[in-house]
Amino acid sequence: MTEPTGRRRPTRVALFITCLGDAFYPQVGEATVRLLHRLGIAVDFPLGQTCCAQPAFNAGFHDQARLVAQRNLTLFADYEYVVVPSGSCTAMIRLFYPDLFAEAPQLHQQAESLAARTYELSEFLLNIVGTDDVGAAFAGKVAYHASCHLQRELGVTEAPRRLISRVAGVEACDAEMSEQCCGFGGTFAVKYPEISSAMLEKKIASLQRAGADTLVSCDAGCLMHIAGRLRRQGMDVRVMHVAELLNAGHNAEEPRHAPGN
Amino acid sequence: MHLGTEGFQDHARQALKDEPLQNALHLLTAEFVPRRVAAMQALGDPEALRTQARAVKEQAIAQLDTYLEQFADNLDKLGAHVHWAHDDAEARDIITSIAQQAGAKVIVKGKSMAAEEIHLNPHLEELGYEVLETDLGEYIIQLAEETPSHIIAPAIHKTRQQIAALLHDKLGDPYTEELTDMTQIARRALRQQFLRADVGITGVNFAIADTGSIVLVTNEGNGRLSSTLPRVHVALMGMEKIVPRLDDLPVMLKVLTNSATGQKISSYVTMITGPRRAHDLDGPEELHVVVMDNGRSNILASENREALYCLRCGACLNVCPIYQNIGGHAYGWVYPGPIGAVLTPLFTGLDTAKHLPRASTLCGACREACPVKINIPHMLLNLRRQSVSRGDASAGEGRLFSLWAWVMRHPGLYRLGLKLARLGQTPFARRGWLGKLPPPFHSWTQSRDFKAVAPQSFRDRWQATLQYEQPSRNGAGGGRHE
Ligand code: SF4
Repeated sequence: MTEPTGRRRPTRVALFITCLGDAFYPQVGEATVRLLHRLGIAVDFPLGQTCCAQPAFNAGFHDQARLVAQRNLTLFADYEYVVVPSGSCTAMIRLFYPDLFAEAPQLHQQAESLAARTYELSEFLLNIVGTDDVGAAFAGKVAYHASCHLQRELGVTEAPRRLISRVAGVEACDAEMSEQCCGFGGTFAVKYPEISSAMLEKKIASLQRAGADTLVSCDAGCLMHIAGRLRRQGMDVRVMHVAELLNAGHNAEEPRHAPGN
Repeated sequence: MHLGTEGFQDHARQALKDEPLQNALHLLTAEFVPRRVAAMQALGDPEALRTQARAVKEQAIAQLDTYLEQFADNLDKLGAHVHWAHDDAEARDIITSIAQQAGAKVIVKGKSMAAEEIHLNPHLEELGYEVLETDLGEYIIQLAEETPSHIIAPAIHKTRQQIAALLHDKLGDPYTEELTDMTQIARRALRQQFLRADVGITGVNFAIADTGSIVLVTNEGNGRLSSTLPRVHVALMGMEKIVPRLDDLPVMLKVLTNSATGQKISSYVTMITGPRRAHDLDGPEELHVVVMDNGRSNILASENREALYCLRCGACLNVCPIYQNIGGHAYGWVYPGPIGAVLTPLFTGLDTAKHLPRASTLCGACREACPVKINIPHMLLNLRRQSVSRGDASAGEGRLFSLWAWVMRHPGLYRLGLKLARLGQTPFARRGWLGKLPPPFHSWTQSRDFKAVAPQSFRDRWQATLQYEQPSRNGAGGGRHE
């Protein structure tokens, strides 16, 4: 266990669940809450939250994105830490909220403040809580998919890998294309389905070569994309969010085998 | 033979089905990428070098007018001619009149993306000049009557078999797939032309302000031959090619060659400082440097200024999962890949190029590979915003996002939306997944299933039970939640 550097251990955080997590992967949020609880951290869930506004922002609709993002500035104003089980949505808040409100000084200040308090789950665990062993157990050959925003916008590359490697029973078998994009890209997957699918094909081929039976990632978007193809092909690879893996052995409902989960 | 950028989607679809192209593109992931990664790592601290290289370009572009003036003054003192071209037509005219005055018939050309940008070859050929590409890749492309599909490997889209057949058909030599034999065939054909050429046209990799030197980086020596053998040498450069000092050159060369081909240094680095002097043994009698704006001033004044830092190394193409799948021609204009998706709309306007900034997952592999850390994904985001504000998006998409924003601002509506989705999906959902989505999302389910909205959302679970659970006292993390 690494010691947190100079900070007291956090006792309370706000959870920003993200719209994908809320609607499609409630078990990810549940695992996140229980995982944080096990670490002695209380979790608040401001009920007014919906989406981080990334879909509109990425598509170029900044006015619409601003309307949605602005609510989050207020909703999460009073929390010392906001934890997000998604690299993509964390990047939206940390990097692009300040840009989005660049013209409005007061909102910009709020955006900067929120940006500084918002953490993706794995970096929060490693860098803020100061732990790389959360006492989880899981038997499987696990390949890690490094989601793009997490690794390249936030620069978080080590935290998830370390946390995964400390889960008892995990046999890490990194896919050789662990860092390669899965082709999701939000609306990209719908606007350019053929290119998106070709990228996904390559991702899945590398997974197969790695001999993984489980794929873990920090972003539900990628997981949904990859699992959607695995299921279509009838491939028996389990797909898990990192929160589920880090709470494995403690989950009320252990994730069932994909392609059903 | 530029395909035009409007048809991006069709071109991409065709490219995905083009088997020889797919085989050829495999080379990128299999060879180019690992070679660059290994070479950069061998440099010790690649991060520091990239930072340094970026700083050089930042400075050069921030004071571009000063450095250009200094560069031109120095060239003038050296006895070279400097020409300023405002746009592509002016650049073509300048070069044509130089060729006319030289009484040229045969023109040899070193590889130049700037020349591609102004479609120089077809123009000169139309006027009756015999124009010969001397870079092997460019030569192959010329024989095939195609355009380059990669910034530094113009014929990357062709397989060895295709090239062998091409050489056999066009030059009449016996068919061979042996690389050395193929190179020899091309070399023989090219060497003869060098001797006949009256004018040599090259690009410029770096233009050094404080000495007036131009630097050519090649692997075949063709740049050196093109710039020294003919009586007249014309060097065509975009005005962003400036670096302030000769002292900046080592770091720039290092990042360029390592990023482009994974070489410590390219086989040839030619530094030209003025035309032939009285005591020189070789070199051209006349040196003309054509400095081209062609839209660069607009980029300089825009939020996408850093696009001008580009060294044209091609590293971003090689790592791009989109480029890896569709190759360069699908982009439809001179510059393909991630940097092409930025440069094309900047140079040719969003009217025709609006697809390009959107055709990206914003994965950021390009920025990670770029020797001057150009933030391509963020520029793509800028361009998408610009594109939407000028009304490029379909009315349907606009309405969809307005509706989305309205729902997302009202958690009650959002909840209702989830409920409706659950109801709507019930007949179609199988074990939590949907095999078909309605338009405009149906393209997702062409190849993938889509997750059904969960029976109970997270917020439902939170309100039902989770909010009453408590953190464990000891906080050790190991124990099962009580
Ligand atoms: S954007 Fe960067 S990586 Fe791409 S060609 Fe230019 S310098 Fe090379």
